[in-house]
Amino acid sequence: MDVLVTQVFNGLSGGSILLLAALGLALTFGQMGVINMAHGEFIMAGAYTAYVMQNVLGAAGLSLLVSLPIAFAVGGVLGVVLEATLLRRMYHRPLDTLLVTWGVSLVLQQLARDVFGTAGVDVPAPAWLSGPVEVLGFSFPRTRLFILLLAVAAFLALAAALRYTALGRRIRATVQNRPLAETSGISTRATDRLTFFIGSGLAGVAGVALTLMGSISPNLGTSYIVDAFLVVVVGGIGQIRGAVIAAFLLGVAQSWIEYSTTASIAKVLVFALIVAFLQVRPQGIFTVRTRSLA
Amino acid sequence: MTTSRSRRAIGAAALLTAGLVLSACGARVDAAGAGAPAAAPSCVDTSGNEIKVGFLNSRSGTMAISEKTVYDSLSLAAEQINAAGGVLGKQLEIVAEDGASEPTIFAEKAQKLIRSDCVAAVFGGWTSSSRKAMLPVFESNNSLLFYPVQYEGLESSKNIFYTGATTNQQIIPALDYLKEQGVTSLFLVGSDYVFPQTANKIIKAYGAANGIEIKGEEYAPLGHTDFATIVSKVRDAGAGAVFNTLNGDSNVAFFKEYRNLGLTPATMPVISVSIAEEEVGGIGVDNIVGQPVAWNYYQTIDSPTNKQFVDAFKAEYGANRVTSDPMEAAYTSLFLWKGMVEKAGSFDVAAVQAAAGGVSYDAPEGTVTVNGENHHIAKTALIGKIGADGLIHTEWTSGQPIEPDPYLKTYPWASGLAS
Repeated sequence: MDVLVTQVFNGLSGGSILLLAALGLALTFGQMGVINMAHGEFIMAGAYTAYVMQNVLGAAGLSLLVSLPIAFAVGGVLGVVLEATLLRRMYHRPLDTLLVTWGVSLVLQQLARDVFGTAGVDVPAPAWLSGPVEVLGFSFPRTRLFILLLAVAAFLALAAALRYTALGRRIRATVQNRPLAETSGISTRATDRLTFFIGSGLAGVAGVALTLMGSISPNLGTSYIVDAFLVVVVGGIGQIRGAVIAAFLLGVAQSWIEYSTTASIAKVLVFALIVAFLQVRPQGIFTVRTRSLA
Repeated sequence: MTTSRSRRAIGAAALLTAGLVLSACGARVDAAGAGAPAAAPSCVDTSGNEIKVGFLNSRSGTMAISEKTVYDSLSLAAEQINAAGGVLGKQLEIVAEDGASEPTIFAEKAQKLIRSDCVAAVFGGWTSSSRKAMLPVFESNNSLLFYPVQYEGLESSKNIFYTGATTNQQIIPALDYLKEQGVTSLFLVGSDYVFPQTANKIIKAYGAANGIEIKGEEYAPLGHTDFATIVSKVRDAGAGAVFNTLNGDSNVAFFKEYRNLGLTPATMPVISVSIAEEEVGGIGVDNIVGQPVAWNYYQTIDSPTNKQFVDAFKAEYGANRVTSDPMEAAYTSLFLWKGMVEKAGSFDVAAVQAAAGGVSYDAPEGTVTVNGENHHIAKTALIGKIGADGLIHTEWTSGQPIEPDPYLKTYPWASGLAS
């Protein structure tokens, strides 16, 4: 019973971290089919934003919360710059996009090394987030609860925005049928740019959350980018709710297999499960139904 | 020590690209190796007022974090040697190459330094995989490598001088210390590659001979970032202490998780062999304060030689920089080479090898002496505790330099490990 509770919590927590890292990608990869390898570096930029804010504001409790919107803006601006300068020119060349954004990710990593130094930095968790919460004899780390809540909040906000706002309608229209959306008077250029802003901004938010869990170093992004892509692919491209289900499934699977085997074997088995799943359902958990012929 | 964080697959095309790059590098190394005669005559030029030496460190890629610091301290040593008149009256001319965190590039650049630049010796390498990749290059060209990082032992080449600790100068003293503290059970946590696996074999053999129970053993893939499950297992096993051989960024995630679950050095200390002064800042002092570590050098060592080293380093690279064990071992390695060359009266590799045994240097860590048999150096083991200032303070010392024993031949309980 103890193990059950602990491991389900660890799995959900791992899933929430995956979800935060993948949510923005679900938008940019799904919406525009852009394979953005620099997404991990936007996460890193968010983490360093938290570090800078902590140095500016001092008080750790406040700076973490203040960092969230600022990191959203930082990630978003980086994303828009990337979109406007490079990606715009290669929307129909996915392989080129992959190589170009990979190059951008290397450049951003080196930039971080030059600015912040090669050694990792630390953002101390605020007092209200350190240590565990005891519930019925179980201890749950406060940081993990915070990230779980943040991931759920980010997902709900994104889902609501897509469903209820004019921007959301434009995004969904563009995803489902780009030419028709254009003929209906939707500026797909502006929509693409805004979508990229939001998707990259979410990466920045993920970066702030990840400062509570692990290292903040120039190669932070490389630790999460593959998992983030896996979540999006398993969830079904272009599907936010698919990403949520995939993230939590993968998180729970990883933590359960890891408990009864080892971390390395769990990683291999989870990969094997994903491969097997994609054999059966190459389109992922959910797919976008579209009337376009393309 | 150690290897970098895992190169993770970054999508099919990225992998393909990386594969192409790697195979291209491999091909070039092979070609160069095959093209060179088995024992080509040395092309080292000793006629001028300068002598070339090679520095081979990763200044890009994932290992740059660690290896840049070694490069800095090597540069400092070269500067000081030149200012004091050089080696055999010749000024050192540094040829620096970037190993780029890739073992194949280390092998390729080593080949270049030896055959094209004609350096008298090469200093560098960090990961065990980079050392293993360079070893055949140095052996086939009969050149010299000075390797500055603690590692898993079980190796001895006449072309390599190992100036970091081997296992009986770091891991065994750490176990002796824990035993003295009354620890009767251990939980082993490490990264999933050669150094932790070998270290844990030794720890298990030591435990069996000394009545220390091993309550569990967990390995995390390199670059692993989620330690919830592993730390839960550690907590539930309830061992007296944790022996940590994690490498790189995994340490940050591990110690944050450890503290977040309410575990402390008082209830279950975690002794580490890969965390030095440089890493403490990234982990966060709050997350690791009071935890023990095992090395042979700390910045806080109170001696005139160390004070000079630390002051010179800070003057050169900034007051906020720290000095660590691998940096000190690299700094020392250049002076040891100088000592060997001057004892031999020649830069010739065979003469240097013959003169090496017994060469001694008053290093920042204390006096070290080269073992002519296995090319390691005798050094003193120090267990330290991480202080609130982020520095490491000596708690326990072996008292005198420990003779290097890379194959653990002098430990009866270790028989069979080296096979």
